Amino acid sequence: MIGFIRRRPLVSGGIVLLVLVLLLSSFPIVPETKQAVVVRFGKPERILNRYEPGRPIGSAGAGLSYRIPFVDQIVWIDKRVLAVDMEPQPVLSTDQRRLMVDAFARYRIVDPLLMYIRSTSEENLKSQLQTILRSDVRNELGRQPFAALLTPERQGIMDDVRTALNAQAAKFGAEIVDVRIKKTDLPDGTPLQSAFESMRTAREQEARSIRAQGLKQAQIIRAQADADASKTYAASFGQDPQFYDFYRAMQSYLTTFVGDGQDKPAPTNIILSPQNEYLKQFTGRTAPSK
Amino acid sequence: MSTFPGWAGRIGGFFTDNKGPWGPSGSGDEPPSDDGHGGGPWGDPGGKERGPLGGRTVAPLDELLRRGRMRFRGGGGLPGRPDGTLILWALAALIAIWLVFTSIHSIAPGQRGVVTRFGRYSYTLGPGVGLTLPSPIDRVQKVDVESIRSVDLGSQSSEDLMLTGDQNLLDIAYSVRWNVKNPEWYLFQLADPDETIRQVAESAMRSVISQVTLQDAMGDKRSEIETQVTDRMQRILDGYHSGIAIQGVAIQQADPPAEVNDAFKEVTAAQQDAKSYVNQANAYALQLTAKAQGEAAAFDKVYQQYKLAPEVTRRRMYYETMEQVLSKVDKTIVEAPGVTPYLPLPQVKKEQQQQQGPQQ
Repeated sequence: MIGFIRRRPLVSGGIVLLVLVLLLSSFPIVPETKQAVVVRFGKPERILNRYEPGRPIGSAGAGLSYRIPFVDQIVWIDKRVLAVDMEPQPVLSTDQRRLMVDAFARYRIVDPLLMYIRSTSEENLKSQLQTILRSDVRNELGRQPFAALLTPERQGIMDDVRTALNAQAAKFGAEIVDVRIKKTDLPDGTPLQSAFESMRTAREQEARSIRAQGLKQAQIIRAQADADASKTYAASFGQDPQFYDFYRAMQSYLTTFVGDGQDKPAPTNIILSPQNEYLKQFTGRTAPSK
Repeated sequence: MSTFPGWAGRIGGFFTDNKGPWGPSGSGDEPPSDDGHGGGPWGDPGGKERGPLGGRTVAPLDELLRRGRMRFRGGGGLPGRPDGTLILWALAALIAIWLVFTSIHSIAPGQRGVVTRFGRYSYTLGPGVGLTLPSPIDRVQKVDVESIRSVDLGSQSSEDLMLTGDQNLLDIAYSVRWNVKNPEWYLFQLADPDETIRQVAESAMRSVISQVTLQDAMGDKRSEIETQVTDRMQRILDGYHSGIAIQGVAIQQADPPAEVNDAFKEVTAAQQDAKSYVNQANAYALQLTAKAQGEAAAFDKVYQQYKLAPEVTRRRMYYETMEQVLSKVDKTIVEAPGVTPYLPLPQVKKEQQQQQGPQQ
C-alpha cells in the first residue's frame, strides 16, 4: 500500500479523493435545522427530515442519510420558524382615516415537497407570502373602524388575518405560526400634524382646567376660613353685644387715630365740642381755673 | 453542511502537503542507487521492465536524472527523503491531535454544549469537560445560557412614536433583557432569534401601549406595562418554541413627542400654579383663624373682668382709650357754637402750635 502510494502518489491521491467525494456525496448529513427533498433527474424522490409537529428534537429525521451520487440532487429547505416582514402599508379604516401598518408573520415550511413544486425556492416562497400578507393585512384591517385598528388583537382581527394567510400559505406547503402588527403609525403630513394639534389643544384645555380648579379650591378654603373666623367671633362676642360694641369701638379709635404700631395713620385734627362726653368733667371745672 | 468542506479540505490538505517530498520521484522511475530502503526492490524491476519497452531512449533519460540527482545532493547536502514509517508516524500524530482537539470540549460555566451526531441532535453537555466522538461525527455548538443579553428598542436617537389608547402619540424607548433557557430549541427552532426578539418586542409593546392612556403610559402604570409586555413576549416566543426566556422589559423613556412638549410643560406649570393658589389660601385661612381665635380669647378675658364691675371698667377703658387717642392728635376745642376756624384748618392749627409752643 505504502509502496504503491510512493510509486504513484498522484494516482493514489486522486483515487483517495475520488473515493472520499463519492462517500461524502452518497451519505449527506442532514442537520436539525434543514429538511431536504431528494430529486432524481428532476423527479422528487424522497423527503429527508420532514417537519412534524410535536416531534422532539433529536428524534429520527436528521442525521446521516444516503443518495446515489450524481443522480440524486438534494434541495435543502429550512426547517426552522422563518420570518416574513413587510413594508409599512397604508390602511384606510371604515371611518376614512389612514394608518400606516407594519406587520410580520412567522411561518414554517411543513410540506417541503409542495413548497419545492410550487415555489421552487425559499426566496420565492418568501416573496409570495409577503405579497399575500400585504393584501390580507390591508383587506382585513380595512374593514375596521379606526379605533379597532389600534387594538387589533383584542377584536380578533389578527386571527382573521392569520386564518386568511394560512389558507393561502398551505398551498405553498407553509404553515403560518403567527401574524402580528409591529407598528401602527399615523402617516406623515396632515394626519400626524392634526394628531399633534389635538394633543396640544387637549393639553391647553387641561392646563386651564387645572388652574381653574386651583382657584376654585383656593376660594373655598378662604371662604371656609372666613366662616370659621366669624363663627369664633360670634361665639365669643355674642356673650354681650353691647359690651362688644363698646370694646370694639375703643379698639377702632385706637387703630384709626393712633395706629396699630406698624403704620402711622394720616394726621388727624379733632374738633371737640365742650358737650363731648370726654369733656364732661372738663367743662365742669375749667371756668374757675381759666 | 459546513462539516463537509472542512473535512474534505483537511484530507485534501494532507495530500497536497505530502506531494512536496514525493515530487521528484513523480516519474515513478526510482534510481536503484538510492538509499534503497523502500525504493530498491521496486526500482529494479521497474528499470528492467522499462528497458525493453522504452528501448534505448530510456537510458539517457535515466542517466540524466541520476546525474541531476547527484548534483543536487552534492550541492545541497540535504538529508534523505522521509521514508514510509516516518510519514505514517506523522499522519498518526496529526490524527491523534485532531482526535484530542475535536473530542474533548471544555464548556464554561454558564454555557451548554449542544452535541449533534451527523447533524442530528444527540445530547447536551453541561459545564466542565465533555467527551464526544471526534469531529466529523460529533459536533459541539456552545450556547451561553446564563448571561443576560439586552436589546435596546425605540428612540435612542430618533423619535419612535407609538399610538396610545386615547389616540395620542408617545415617544418611547425601552430595552428587553433575555437569555437562553433551552439551548437546543434556541439553535434549531428559530431562524434569526435576535431579529425575532426585536419584532416580538415591538409588537408586544405596541399592543400594550394601544390599550392604555397617554397619562398612564407616561406615569403611574409604567411598571404594569413592563410586566404585561414581558408576559406577552414570553407567550409569543413560547409559541415559536424559541427556547428564549424574557427576563424583563424596562421602559427607559416615555415622553410626549417633541412637537407638543411645550403644551405638556404648560400643564405642569398649571399644576404648580394651582398648587400655589391652594397654598396661599391655606396660609390665609391659618392666619385668619389664628387672628379670630386670638381676638376672641382677648375679648373673653376682658369681658370676664368687665362682668365683675361693668360700670367702672367701662369708664376706665373709655378714658384710657381717649387719653391715648387725643394725646397723639391735634385737637381743637370750640367753646361757643357757630365758631368756624380759618381754613385750611391743619395749617392754622400748626401755626398756632408753633406760636404757642415756645410760650408754653
